[in-house]
Amino acid sequence: MEQVKRYHSVRLDKTQCKGCTNCLKHCPTEAIRVRGGRAHIIDERCIDCGECIRICDYHAKVAVTDDLSAIRGFRHTIAIPAPSLYGQYKNLRSISQVLDALKCIGFEEVYEVARGADVVSRAIHEKLREPGLPKPLISSACPAVVRLIQVRFPDLLPHVVDVRQPMEVAAMIARQEFCRKHNCEPEDVGIFFITPCPAKMTAIRSPIGQEKSAVDGAISMMEIYGMLLPHIGKTVENPTPSISTSYGIGWASSSGEATAVCPENSLAVDGIHNIIRVLEEIENNRLNDLVFFEGNACMGGCVGGPLTFENNYVAKNTVRKLVDSGNKTHPVNDVPASLMTKYPLYNDLPIEPNSVMKLDDNLMVAMQKMERMNKILEDLPGYDCGSCGSPTCRTFAEDIVRGFANEMDCIHKLKDQLKVMAQQMVELAQTKRE
Amino acid sequence: MSFIHAEYPVASGDYTRAGEASADIKRRLKQLGVSSMVLRRVSVASYEVELNLVIHSLGGQLILDVDQDGVRLTSEDVGPGIPDISLAMREGWSTANEEARSLGFGAGMGLPNMKRNADDFEIESEIGKGTRISMRFALT
Ligand SMILES: Nc1ncnc2c1ncn2[C@@H]1O[C@H](COP(=O)(O)OP(=O)(O)OP(=O)(O)O)[C@@H](O)[C@H]1O
Ligand code: SF4
Ligand SMILES: [Mg+2]
Repeated sequence: MEQVKRYHSVRLDKTQCKGCTNCLKHCPTEAIRVRGGRAHIIDERCIDCGECIRICDYHAKVAVTDDLSAIRGFRHTIAIPAPSLYGQYKNLRSISQVLDALKCIGFEEVYEVARGADVVSRAIHEKLREPGLPKPLISSACPAVVRLIQVRFPDLLPHVVDVRQPMEVAAMIARQEFCRKHNCEPEDVGIFFITPCPAKMTAIRSPIGQEKSAVDGAISMMEIYGMLLPHIGKTVENPTPSISTSYGIGWASSSGEATAVCPENSLAVDGIHNIIRVLEEIENNRLNDLVFFEGNACMGGCVGGPLTFENNYVAKNTVRKLVDSGNKTHPVNDVPASLMTKYPLYNDLPIEPNSVMKLDDNLMVAMQKMERMNKILEDLPGYDCGSCGSPTCRTFAEDIVRGFANEMDCIHKLKDQLKVMAQQMVELAQTKRE
Repeated sequence: MSFIHAEYPVASGDYTRAGEASADIKRRLKQLGVSSMVLRRVSVASYEVELNLVIHSLGGQLILDVDQDGVRLTSEDVGPGIPDISLAMREGWSTANEEARSLGFGAGMGLPNMKRNADDFEIESEIGKGTRISMRFALT
């Protein structure tokens, strides 16, 4: 197995971990093990979806993002807020209130990721009308879903749209427009994404489909929520207008993207475990009459991100109101054609499969390992209790074959073994007495 | 020489378990590192053949064999058999009942899809005895 050190936003806080097994079963890629009394995240498998952050009662799983002080490292700074940020403020009168608040806390400029979503919407809308594409095409907007496909559904990678994420497009436009306006160098400008999730943070540090991200850092929505609050609704002299359409803003919630790119024949699913079920269906060719599939790892879409503050249903409702009162022009008509060619909107690297599920690079050896694994599995009790530290008996068998666990880590096996040993002791004692 | 052999019994009309055999086959092939292209084709064929056992047969089994040359999927059932194979192979031909149709099956595309996706496809059937389908997928 290749041991590439990958960047991950999701980490374990050793001091908080009690070594319980709650997170084990919720991990969609079986990336967590409990060994030596605490959890370990297998780097190669983790997709940074944040499920473990949500499930851990001890708050031992954390998302690493940049501190607001990171903006001091740049001469100029631009905040690019995810549209889900708008959903955090219940009584928002206009999007401008959030944009102005961001300026109040220290950003020189703001550019809406929702506008990036407008551009991406138009790009995907046009893409879907090309002939000969695999069906359905799968959204690439949620990095956790793309990584899930790399790990568990590598055969579906050709279905993933090769259009860059709204945050990338927003960053490119923001940087170029700022530099032109203020006559400065691109590297003097720091662009910070206001993120609802660790997955986007990871996508900035180790991008998918491109060499380098156009974004310089990510600040957690949870962290910035309270800082912005006192500034929301303050009267400012020149309010920053929102330039995005209702469609771009709608990307904050599940089905927002699907509505923008293919309302006629698309499916939107939220929640990583629900997505897995649908991806299985796509593999079985059961959904080949569908044109577009949007999957958001979080319930409700990005408004339900692990780093959001507001309840996802409330946030979704707030976003809906903004969508209802926003500019209803479709991005195909609203985004100027010139913009579509000005910036690189497509990936320049292929999205490669992640081969971590493979038992071995050599097929013969992999088959031997699978044989051994099945033999071990037959001998395990099948309780899937997790007390061995692996999520299921099957993964435990796999861990043994891979050399990461020992059969006696299963307490049920150990108990049986002890019974045999106790019996032997009794017999031994008896023979001595005779 | 090492090889993988697995048998999956499939019960007639058991829609709650339908797809479990092909899900396990997919999982194994991913663990063996079978290429994405081949995986995609086996996925489609194994699901179709499993569902045919559930929908049309009186019960049977799906068998997976893997060796260094390729993947073989075999489906065997105990009846009722197919009266006219060339008709059954035709795109759009289906005798699926109401229940199957209400679940979205019965487009008459299963057998043609298997043939399209497999490198070798063989089918034999005898009325009153059963149907046997064997598909091979080269690994490169
Ligand atoms: N194992 C089987 N036993 C008996 N008849 C079968 C069997 N498999 C297929 N058939 C017959 O062949 C026909 C065509 O099968 P095919 O899989 O192509 O289509 P379908 O199952 O009817 O619909 P779809 O696969 O598109 O849901 C079936 O309707 C059925 O009459
Ligand atoms: S749904 Fe949105 S918030 Fe959740 S992981 Fe995906 S991109 Fe992040
Ligand atoms: Mg069929």
